[in-house]
Amino acid sequence: MVDSDQRPGPTPSAAAERPAEPAKTRRRGRRRNRYIATPLLLISANLVLFATFFVWPAAIGLAYSFTSYTGVGPAPFVGMENYLHLFQDDQFYAAVVRTLIYTGCAVPMIFVASLGVAYLLISPYAKGKPVARAIFFIPWLISPIIAGVIWRWIFGENFGLANFIITEFGGKAVPWQSNANLSLVVVLIATTWGNTAFNMLIFTAALKNVPTAYYEAAELDGAGAWQKFRRITLPAIAPTSFIVVLLTTLNSMKEYPLFKAINGGGPGNENNLVVQYIYNTGFRRAQIGYASAASFVLMLILLVIAGMQLMVNRRMESGQQ
Amino acid sequence: MTVDTRKPPTLRRTRKAAKTGDVPRKFFSSSVMWLLAIVYGFPVLWFVLSSLKPTGDLFTYPLTLFPKHFTFSGYEKAWTSFNFAQYFLNTLIVATAATVLTIVASAASGYALAKYNNWWLKGFAVCILATTMLPGETILPSLFVVIRDIGLYNSLAGVVVPAVITATGTFMFRQFFVTVPNDLLEAARIDGSGELSTFIRIMLPLSRPIMLTLAIISFQWRWNDFLWPLVILNDPHQFTLQIGVASIVGAENVNWSVLLGASVLSMIPLVLIYLVFQRYIMNADINAGLKD
Repeated sequence: MVDSDQRPGPTPSAAAERPAEPAKTRRRGRRRNRYIATPLLLISANLVLFATFFVWPAAIGLAYSFTSYTGVGPAPFVGMENYLHLFQDDQFYAAVVRTLIYTGCAVPMIFVASLGVAYLLISPYAKGKPVARAIFFIPWLISPIIAGVIWRWIFGENFGLANFIITEFGGKAVPWQSNANLSLVVVLIATTWGNTAFNMLIFTAALKNVPTAYYEAAELDGAGAWQKFRRITLPAIAPTSFIVVLLTTLNSMKEYPLFKAINGGGPGNENNLVVQYIYNTGFRRAQIGYASAASFVLMLILLVIAGMQLMVNRRMESGQQ
Repeated sequence: MTVDTRKPPTLRRTRKAAKTGDVPRKFFSSSVMWLLAIVYGFPVLWFVLSSLKPTGDLFTYPLTLFPKHFTFSGYEKAWTSFNFAQYFLNTLIVATAATVLTIVASAASGYALAKYNNWWLKGFAVCILATTMLPGETILPSLFVVIRDIGLYNSLAGVVVPAVITATGTFMFRQFFVTVPNDLLEAARIDGSGELSTFIRIMLPLSRPIMLTLAIISFQWRWNDFLWPLVILNDPHQFTLQIGVASIVGAENVNWSVLLGASVLSMIPLVLIYLVFQRYIMNADINAGLKD
């Protein structure tokens, strides 16, 4: 199917366009036309993959979302029923709200942690940076599942180190597992810990590019450390901050493995996020049609969030100039 | 530096003042950094040391940082009670294959985006960027149907192939090839080198650092992948490490001794790779791939 779709593509179109183009701009057109087959060949792998694993699933996913397809047999058309059902489903609603709460907390935490660590790592005052940098980078090597296991081990209710220390100091054991909100706090700690390293790398690259002359000028004017950070560093790295916020938001919205390892979405269903909801309905209960509808709602939410962030970013950029 | 301004500005003392002004700042910055480093490093240390404790000591209060008796029994149990060697092999196959294919596909399209300016290449660039904005999770059920219809369900190839296309990789290479002077390309053309052979023989070798950076990133992604392998792989013989470990966590009564051993084992390969190749990731201008 894939092959028959894509293979004949490159050669005939390249051959067909060659004589047709020069009609427009003779010189430039001819110069461009010399290179059609090569770039097409170079992008062919990604082009085929994009068509097969992105366009095709998106198209049939949209189609399935109007059916009650179960993965086998026919896919009966049910119109808007999946979507109507979805908006009346308390569990889905709860999952969306929980995902937004999680993202709303995780993004600022990851942002502050990674920017703070990056700032310390390029500071000329801190000592022992190479070793510290290696330590900060370890969590990047650890998968979300294992990271979840590590934090679950520390925050175990009856056996964890955290509760051991709390009880040693005369406190009462904290229900890290059986209280939904506390359980979410554990996930937030774990996600901050796990996502600092990569964003820190992005920030370090940006921080190194801030011209030192700015800082020197500010120092002459008597600016303090915080003022320098607030007035020079933050505006200078704004484009990078935007990328970090956008990517972290998208990643947080589709979090699942960390929850899987720390609390399995529990206690009960309280920490089920949207992706887990999609997984459970689509693959546990084989409601592909219904899960496709849920996926499309997730896609729309992501689009809206990304669009809003782009708009805010654009406004801030135009405001600065 | 603000500390200095309070000191009397005598000529002789300026150097000394700058030094004494630096000491508190050095102390402050270093201690904050090291405090954070401990916060980030300690969980792993605690976890690894716990995995060396005998099962009985795992839960007996008071907890101690170092095991009273070192034992590898957790590792042994993890290795024998699961098909762990098979999981390792599967994960290795998936990560290696996906990494090699990702590098080839990303280098080729990144080069095309950097050195040719056909109008449809710009459209293609937007399409690639869209894959970041709308990740696979948003089309999970239908992507599964596609993989099944192609006949890749329950096979490692089904895990590898959709993962090959990445915006990060493509744009990392694009960014790099943009910095390679066009003169080089023109010179090769004048010498009669074909377009493809210029790419393979001149451009690809130049991009070695980018290849290595992407190789590490891609290997880490695929090694640690969970959801997609979980959806695609059904047969325990095909499981990857992450699914294997997750199945231990998902059990009614978590066997912590086995879980700790299995988790530590699954981390070892990436730690080794990192130790060997760390400069390619630590010195990489990572924003190059993402900003654009």
